[in-house]
Amino acid sequence: MTTQISRRTTPRINVWDLLARFREVGIIVFILLLGAVVTLRAPSFLTVNNFRDILMNISILAIVALGQTIVILTKGIDLSVSSMIGLVAMMVGFVMRQYPETPIFLIVLLGMALGTIAGSFNSIIITFGKVPPIIATLGTLSVYRGLVFFYSGGTWVNSFELPQSIKMLSKGRLFGVPNLILIALFISIIVYLFLKFTRTGRNIYAVGSNVEAAEYAGIRPQRIIFLVYLISGLLSGIGAVLWVSRFESAQTNTALGFELQTVTAAVIGGVSISGGVGTVTGVVLGAILLGIIQNALTLVRISPFWQLAAQGLLILIAVVLDKVIYTRVARN
Amino acid sequence: MTVETINKNQQENIISDRQARKSFFSIFLKWEWLLFVLILLVIFINTRLSPFFLNAINLSRTSSDFMEIGLMMLPMVLIIVTGNIDLSVASNMGMSASLMGLMHNMGINIWLAALAGLTLGTLGGVLNGYLVAYVKLPSLVVTLGTFAFFRGIAFGFLGDQAARNYPSQFTFIGQGRVFDTLIPFSVVLFIALALIFGLVLHRTIIGRQLYAIGNNEPAAKYSGVPVEKIKFILFIVSGFISALAGLVLAARFGSTRPDNGTGLELAVITAAVLGGLDINGGKGSMYGATLALVLIGLLRFGMGLLNIQSQVQSMVIGLLLIVSILVPHIGQQIRFLKQVKFRWQSILMTVGLLVVFTAFFIFFFWSRAPIIAQF
Amino acid sequence: MTKSILKLKDISKSFSGVEVLHRVSFDLQPGEVHALLGENGAGKSTLVKVITGYHQPDHGDIYLDDALVQFVDTRDSRQAGIAAIYQELSLFPDLDVAENIFVGRHPQSFGLKVDWRKLYDEAHELLDSLGVTIDLKQKARHLSIAQQQIVEIARAFSINARILIMDEPTSSLTLSEVAELFALVNNLRENGTAIIFISHRLEELFEIADRVTVLRDGNYIATTKSKETSRDDLLRKMVGRTISSQYPKTEAPLGEVVLQVDQLTSEGLFTDISFEVKSGEILGMAGLVGAGRTNVAESIFGIRPATSGKILINGLEVSINSPQQAIGLGLAYVPEDRQQHGLIPAMQITPNISLPKLDDFAKYTWILNKKEKKFAYSAALQMEVRARSIWQLAKELSGGNQQKVVLAKWLSTHPRILILDEPTRGIDVGTKAAVHKLMSDLAADGLAILMISSELPEVIGMSDRIIVMREGFITGHFMRSEATQENVINAATKDVRIENLS
Ligand SMILES: Nc1ncnc2c1ncn2[C@@H]1O[C@H](COP(=O)(O)OP(=O)(O)OP(=O)(O)O)[C@@H](O)[C@H]1O
Ligand SMILES: [Mg+2]
Repeated sequence: MTTQISRRTTPRINVWDLLARFREVGIIVFILLLGAVVTLRAPSFLTVNNFRDILMNISILAIVALGQTIVILTKGIDLSVSSMIGLVAMMVGFVMRQYPETPIFLIVLLGMALGTIAGSFNSIIITFGKVPPIIATLGTLSVYRGLVFFYSGGTWVNSFELPQSIKMLSKGRLFGVPNLILIALFISIIVYLFLKFTRTGRNIYAVGSNVEAAEYAGIRPQRIIFLVYLISGLLSGIGAVLWVSRFESAQTNTALGFELQTVTAAVIGGVSISGGVGTVTGVVLGAILLGIIQNALTLVRISPFWQLAAQGLLILIAVVLDKVIYTRVARN
Repeated sequence: MTVETINKNQQENIISDRQARKSFFSIFLKWEWLLFVLILLVIFINTRLSPFFLNAINLSRTSSDFMEIGLMMLPMVLIIVTGNIDLSVASNMGMSASLMGLMHNMGINIWLAALAGLTLGTLGGVLNGYLVAYVKLPSLVVTLGTFAFFRGIAFGFLGDQAARNYPSQFTFIGQGRVFDTLIPFSVVLFIALALIFGLVLHRTIIGRQLYAIGNNEPAAKYSGVPVEKIKFILFIVSGFISALAGLVLAARFGSTRPDNGTGLELAVITAAVLGGLDINGGKGSMYGATLALVLIGLLRFGMGLLNIQSQVQSMVIGLLLIVSILVPHIGQQIRFLKQVKFRWQSILMTVGLLVVFTAFFIFFFWSRAPIIAQF
Repeated sequence: MTKSILKLKDISKSFSGVEVLHRVSFDLQPGEVHALLGENGAGKSTLVKVITGYHQPDHGDIYLDDALVQFVDTRDSRQAGIAAIYQELSLFPDLDVAENIFVGRHPQSFGLKVDWRKLYDEAHELLDSLGVTIDLKQKARHLSIAQQQIVEIARAFSINARILIMDEPTSSLTLSEVAELFALVNNLRENGTAIIFISHRLEELFEIADRVTVLRDGNYIATTKSKETSRDDLLRKMVGRTISSQYPKTEAPLGEVVLQVDQLTSEGLFTDISFEVKSGEILGMAGLVGAGRTNVAESIFGIRPATSGKILINGLEVSINSPQQAIGLGLAYVPEDRQQHGLIPAMQITPNISLPKLDDFAKYTWILNKKEKKFAYSAALQMEVRARSIWQLAKELSGGNQQKVVLAKWLSTHPRILILDEPTRGIDVGTKAAVHKLMSDLAADGLAILMISSELPEVIGMSDRIIVMREGFITGHFMRSEATQENVINAATKDVRIENLS
């Protein structure tokens, strides 16, 4: 054991140690297993086109799940992401219907700004109001959704009312790769660098790991917590614009129930609900796994009625497997 | 008190066995009383707004509308006290009711079908409990998975079908009244179970152990509390009661569809939290949760009478949830602000936020103008 | 008289109406080690927290370099050059050891990017200078209490503060670690750092402190140069009476073997542990930090059952897979980590004490409140827990009083076998003597006691026999008559690997 203080002995390094430090083993094993099984049943799984589809389908999920992750790292949770997406999507949709000529980057900026504002409202309730995050965002989940109804009066923005520019935002390609995927990749890298290489990023982990100790260490936890809900709002805002772009509409029930998917992606990716643990790589893999599951179930032609059940079962298996593999690895 | 007396007390008698005296008014500052006052307020306002509010038949009907939520809330309170959560209750309820519906459609005796539903729901609880207690996965993670899994099974059972035409002996559970009074059978069921759950939580060894687990699980384990066993049993009970709630719902509707009760888990948690339970475990009471349930029920009923859209109703409840937690902290916040030296940054930030929010609302109404013009 | 770097004047502080500091004054000079001494609950930790801005004083002033200051939070005091190790350990369980040392102050390159290499290098150097090797990439979650304390010390040293405050930094360290720590403290002192040092081990104060300030019941009593005072003098100031013998172990007639452990092994933790404890006997377990003593105790108590080996109670083989079973068999275990394992801080004293034996206060699982209250009250009285009432929250008690609540809780289960893991950690001298007397009496009543302690004088003074562990093996076994500090330390540092090979 290297855990003990042993005088003048160098800690031994072995394979298990390295594995233990690479938290994502479990999920990778599961992805490979699932991929192998599906390929046997449906060879079309292993094609470039299919993978592009999968990645297209999970790009928005990955972006918003990263915001969710940053929140969960601080022991919080943001259940309001889906409603923030719904609200921002609707407002952006309205603006574009009214002013189709608006340059696309302004639209993106608008989405980011609106998302950030919605997020900062969560921040205020949580930091100044001392409302526990799960309750605050459970509340704003219905408040923001209510605002969507109030705002739109129950109407929709349809595909034909939207300008071409927004549709191209996700469908355009660079070197044959759809923009949407590139955007998700870009954001993932930024978030990775932020969490790994900035003091603020590290402080997020510290606050999630032990708030009291963080305070002793001279970090101001309230500021960090303020920031994380802001970021979650920001990424939801981006997600909302991309949502409008990809599905070419803004509806009153846009992204309904999406909050649980983002939490699922984070959790499958090894983010600990009790704070302080989680990586960007893990979450992106988590989102990809969710995408693969959905895709695979269609490919192997499981009855649509049973697909949700299979999906739930596979998620359960993934978390159990991850736990079992990880404890096995950690013990050795 | 002066220092001298304390010191003297400490020398003579280093510790006392009396509870610290509380002032008469501080008793009324308890959360449960606040809820009680809110309930009275809601009743008062609603009777002013609508003549149908205090109608016994209406009240009786609306009370049975909330019994499924109420039933699922009972084990949920216990689970939350231990610092866990069960997100799968509503899905479990859909699953169990769907199995019952499926068997009913196949012509099997309704009581047998109901029994099968209850068994399946309990098994669902066993799955949750096993994964949480013995595999040691966080309950949020597990029940997020079974949330999808159970609902999926419900769809698998019934697909796009529905089960109908339940016999009247069965629908009595959801629609019937006891002894020709106006009191619905489901309400009696709820009250009986609420009493049992409340007593278990507040008066027995298990209840005490639940609070111990919620406050410090490792210490509870070191003190000989059978932590795993208790968690396992809690989730099984939750599964059973969810299934029971599923039957009550099916009986009340007289039909079952696989999406029955979608989203109710959030309503259940909302009631529990509004009732003063700490989502992190270790605090809260059954009285509080029950009062919160009544409050939400009356609010929704009142708004329904005024023809307010259900999404907007949810918005009001959501706001209530936030405000209810916010208000007790305001005094604390003000005291805190008094201590803080006024730094220009904090002033700037406050002003900045105000500007941003004002801008947001101006934009909100401005961009929405075409809609208003349409109507 | 030199200029003081920190000066407190008439500091008072109350918690919910009870005054815990009453007009306390204190001054600290650069280049001195100033010890704070007082019974449990005297207000030492509270005073420290007032200095660092964690608590705000109700009354009184703080002067730094003769300038009036007011610290709103700990960040303020840190910026003013004050670093502190608090009594409650405060590491980040999910961060690794190296990062724990630098949290909030990660070294950066280009003023933006965290420089991980530099961080690990500096952490390595620091731990080296403390004379310990801890895997830098180990998550703090997996560290023992003592290891945590060392990491905290490293963190405090890495700050290069002008004022360093250490609240019981040595409470779970063994002699050699303490020696290394003191070498570093001496270094700092020579460089002009002012140090506030709190410990209940009087020998340490005489060794390291220049001056000692005594507090009693929140009142300032006196400040003396440590060279000009004596142990008895300090004790008198502290408790207002003299404390006679410190290790009153009386010879008790030994009875049957009550607990026998045979070749107990838990992979990766400890190997082939065999020993026996007779009724009326106190078996001491000595060893360096990380020797695996706590692991042995925990596996006997069923928290992490061993992978092989036998446990016999009264000659009958038993399998213990959970603490409930252990309690049922008459075992009691006072754990090392009272915050995490010993107490439920957010609950009151009464339910804390009654938790392991709730069955005794219940009829058909229905809790009888009166009976419970009466019982908890007498248990708290017997252990001399100092608190307002038995309905006070455990987390509001001072560290030593929390320890007494834990002791009260386990003694009240009337065990036949008592396992004590660092029973006097953080307990003041007076109470410590009381605890030792209690142990002696319990042994005389026929209890079998297994005592783990890192304090050699305590082990040697209290035990009938001593076993010594090192890295999961038993490396020494001494009778009371043959145990000396030297041969126990030798056994504790003997290299087991070589021995096992030959
Ligand atoms: N947050 C709090 N709320 C209420 N009372 C408190 C609080 N913190 C400390 N006290 C009380 O203040 C008194 C002094 O506590 P303090 O922790 O300063 O003692 P101490 O001298 O450090 O003792 P020890 O040697 O046991 O660590 C104790 O009686 C304790 O119960
Ligand atoms: Mg203290």
